[in-house]
Amino acid sequence: MNVLYFAWVRQKTGRSEEVIEHTPSLRTVADLAAMLRARGGGYAEAFADLTRLRAAVNQVHAGLDTVLAAGDEIAFFPPVTGG
Amino acid sequence: MIRNIHIQHEDFDVADEIEALGGDGVGAVASFIGMVRGDDGLTALTLEHYPGMTESEIGRIAEDAARRWPLLGITILHRVGRLTAGERIVLVAVAASHRGAAFEACEFLMDFLKTKAPFWKEEERGGDTRWVEHRASDHDAAERWHKP
Repeated sequence: MNVLYFAWVRQKTGRSEEVIEHTPSLRTVADLAAMLRARGGGYAEAFADLTRLRAAVNQVHAGLDTVLAAGDEIAFFPPVTGG
Repeated sequence: MIRNIHIQHEDFDVADEIEALGGDGVGAVASFIGMVRGDDGLTALTLEHYPGMTESEIGRIAEDAARRWPLLGITILHRVGRLTAGERIVLVAVAASHRGAAFEACEFLMDFLKTKAPFWKEEERGGDTRWVEHRASDHDAAERWHKP
């Protein structure tokens, strides 16, 4: 899976993207967020409060309960502020 | 129907874009231009986006508008990168036979652009930077289109 970060999520994790292998324990977006938070440091800060985060799977807005598959593109970002 | 959707660094020419939406049957073009508001000491905004998803999300919003109103053309241009106070950020322009559809679709497109399209703004004030927080009022503005 390719995991992307935007805005302050990118700044806190210190990277804009990374490859993470899909495993049975990473069933949903919430599982992936919990695994990333457990890394500590900037990741723990970025994923401390999931109500402040939004996600997309394969470039479509997705909820925390969205089921993941190998090859998915998952993005984490703050609520959007364009326009 | 003309569909002109672009994410770009460079500015756009408003007159040229509105002219391009003219044609047989077009009786109305409504447009909205968003600019960098230089209040509270704000000097610049940097706009980040999610390449790929931005274009597809705006495409979905445009399709939704075209299903709701009899539109003849939609132009959505959104700039990214660093923009200083007073610069244009976004243009939404809609062509239709009559003004009602053009006005409503223009507002609909802006409401969903603000709440769905993956853009993020970082403000600069002097040497300080801060990410803009999303506003509940923007969410409410988009929600009202779901009401029967």
